[in-house]
Amino acid sequence: MKKIGLLFFVTVAGLITLPVACKKSIADRTANIPALVSDNLDLTAGTWKPVLLYRADTFPVATPAATNTSGYIADLNEIKAYQHNITVDQKEKIKYWAAGAVLRWNEIMRELVAKYNLPPYQKDDGTYPIPSSANPFAYPQFPFSNPPYASRAYAYVSAAQYDALIACWFYKTKYNRAAPYKVDSSVQAIGINKTDLPAYPSEAAVLAGVTVEMLKLLFPTEIANVQQKLQEQELAAIMSGTAARSDITAGEALGRQVAQQFAARGRTDNTSKAVGTPADWTNFETVATANGEIPWFSLEVPKRNPMLPFFGNVKPFLFDSLTAVSLRPGPPPLTHSDQMKQETEEVYNYIKNPDRNQIKIVQFWADGVGTYTPPGHWDAIAAEDFIRKNYSEVRWARNMALVNMSLMDAGIVCWNTKYYYFNPRPTQMNPSIKTLTGIPNFPAYISGHSTFSGAAAEILSYLIPENAAKYQAMAQEASLSRIVGGIHYRSDCSVGLQVGKNIGDYAVQRAQTDGGN
Amino acid sequence: MFSPVLLLLCYHAQAQVENDGIMMKKKQWCNGATYMYTGWDHYWEGKLKRNNQNVGTFTSQSVMYMTNYGITDNLNVLANLPYVWTKMTGGTLHKLDGFQDVSVAVKWRPISFNIGKGKLSLFAVGSFSTPVTNYVIDFQPLSIGMGSTNVTGRITADYQHGIFFATASGAYVWRGNVKYDRTAYYDTELHLTNEVQMPNMFISNLFIGVRVKNLVAQATLENMITPGGFDIRRNDMPSVNNKMNSTNVGVHAKYTLPFFTHVEILGGGSYTVAGRNVGQALMLHAGAYYIFSFK
Repeated sequence: MKKIGLLFFVTVAGLITLPVACKKSIADRTANIPALVSDNLDLTAGTWKPVLLYRADTFPVATPAATNTSGYIADLNEIKAYQHNITVDQKEKIKYWAAGAVLRWNEIMRELVAKYNLPPYQKDDGTYPIPSSANPFAYPQFPFSNPPYASRAYAYVSAAQYDALIACWFYKTKYNRAAPYKVDSSVQAIGINKTDLPAYPSEAAVLAGVTVEMLKLLFPTEIANVQQKLQEQELAAIMSGTAARSDITAGEALGRQVAQQFAARGRTDNTSKAVGTPADWTNFETVATANGEIPWFSLEVPKRNPMLPFFGNVKPFLFDSLTAVSLRPGPPPLTHSDQMKQETEEVYNYIKNPDRNQIKIVQFWADGVGTYTPPGHWDAIAAEDFIRKNYSEVRWARNMALVNMSLMDAGIVCWNTKYYYFNPRPTQMNPSIKTLTGIPNFPAYISGHSTFSGAAAEILSYLIPENAAKYQAMAQEASLSRIVGGIHYRSDCSVGLQVGKNIGDYAVQRAQTDGGN
Repeated sequence: MFSPVLLLLCYHAQAQVENDGIMMKKKQWCNGATYMYTGWDHYWEGKLKRNNQNVGTFTSQSVMYMTNYGITDNLNVLANLPYVWTKMTGGTLHKLDGFQDVSVAVKWRPISFNIGKGKLSLFAVGSFSTPVTNYVIDFQPLSIGMGSTNVTGRITADYQHGIFFATASGAYVWRGNVKYDRTAYYDTELHLTNEVQMPNMFISNLFIGVRVKNLVAQATLENMITPGGFDIRRNDMPSVNNKMNSTNVGVHAKYTLPFFTHVEILGGGSYTVAGRNVGQALMLHAGAYYIFSFK
């Protein structure tokens, strides 16, 4: 009896502890990447063409103290004191930021977009509350970082980072003050690769300053969190021996100044008028109906107001607003036409009995609620390839800016097109079309995924030509995923890809002439 | 933008036999099928109970094959495999169906002795379950399952006094990581991987009822607790790694045909009275078993 009792106990204990002991932890793909090594320091980047700055030295940066002055020696002593007592945790922080600060801030941005990408819950009267930047902490929190909002956020941050680093590089080569580990042999380079890049002003602090200042505007409820990231990044730069306190101070101030210029643009780029009014929303329907077309309507219950219907009027980065209108494609098939009927039938045939691979493609590219959106997905694709290219920070910033300006401008032209034609979703044409992902709350023509993907694939193919076939295939698949998911017609997707490609070509033209080649 | 929806996990749909206090006798082989229905039109988004017109009423139906063999009077092996259909009456999302997870269990009764006028039996059950198809898991609640490979350890105590009995059972479910079709996801932070860590669960049951010649009838109480996991945010989509808790009350009965004792029929139902990140579900089941005896 006793023996059996013991055996019973051991069996039960074994059943419970054995699986618990197994490893379950997961790691991010970029968690353990090595410190950035730049194949080329891009010392001429101070002459590259900025996006918004009139000149690289629009904002003055004071001449740094010589390395033999008492102030600088105090800076060096601060570094030595930190390095003397450095902890494992501090080394981890250095390692995290040393992988590349443009990369890390992009990842932080993607996290914020995913966190805030939630549609507001309806009010009792069946209408939906609109997030307000004037009262961002109240429900619904500001922002609702949906795809157009996200595309603009990524673009502003990336473009501001790029301009700020052009200014940074300008002063680096102008003043040519070496890194602490070069000045004093008793300062170690911890967790980073030594380079000949001048340290003043610190590129880490420029990036921290410019990004935090932009994020204040874009994600106002996150100020405390991003300010903490800034301090963490700057401390990591000091502890690693890369930057002295004075390099940091000058860098952060420069970054914040450059951001002010982008913030001013952002306040007047028409985004504040993108939501529209109930009268505007009804008017789209009236116009489409008057033209004899079946208008789009929201397939949510209760019907949700259309997503940012005037985002198509936002000021683009790569071309002017008139060009944006000229990039708008011709009309979709008329809603009563045979072609529309055939295209609806094609969607229905895909969706009738979906197979697993089809579902997988839809899920892979869905990038819906609670995700970093299609622009964020393309940032992830770009970033993970850039990691292997050994770029300097300034080239990282340039290439991310080219990608993100393409994505934002694709968003603008796409949204302009969507509300110009106000075309219905396939499920409106045939209610038995059930979908493998949520139906986005805006008109069908042209597909946002296709436009974003066409633009991103075009500029990425230029930046990394050896991957061109891969990017084109990904764009095709992203586009197709919307047809086989039941939410877009063939025309939405094929035209969307082409429009996106045309927009990407503006970024290619810019890349060919910005001095960064 | 997209219709927020929600899942309910089908642990209640596991065979009653894993957590009850009944064994097949040596060389008895039970085979059967159970039909299960789950329906709800309200769910808990975190702790907040709500409905959702973009879901309407969610229903999941399944037919499960179950088998149980008596190696000895005190050692049984069990297995089951359900086929699941899911759909929603509201919204536009596509219904799904398919074979879900196969489960294999060993049920052991090491001790059985008299206490006073009653009889106390202890059981240990170890089970393993894993998906038999590569169904999509990131389309909750319409996904037909959670996709994780689970190992469950359970102990059960059964006390019978005359025709009355009480069974108390507690299980720990260790759930292996799962993989999404996408390359990144946000829960409480952004994860740049397709791999999702599944929180483990505690499930406990209490049955009180009567056992007479041909009939077992009981009231059931089931409590499911997920110590880890996270709440669905306001108007967000559900995730496989949510913190899913529920308390269900119900009834269950099994009847052995008096004129043909090889056949058992069973049925019952339960209702979710409290929950977190699950649907407030009405669950019904009915089935029939055939018992072969090899002498």
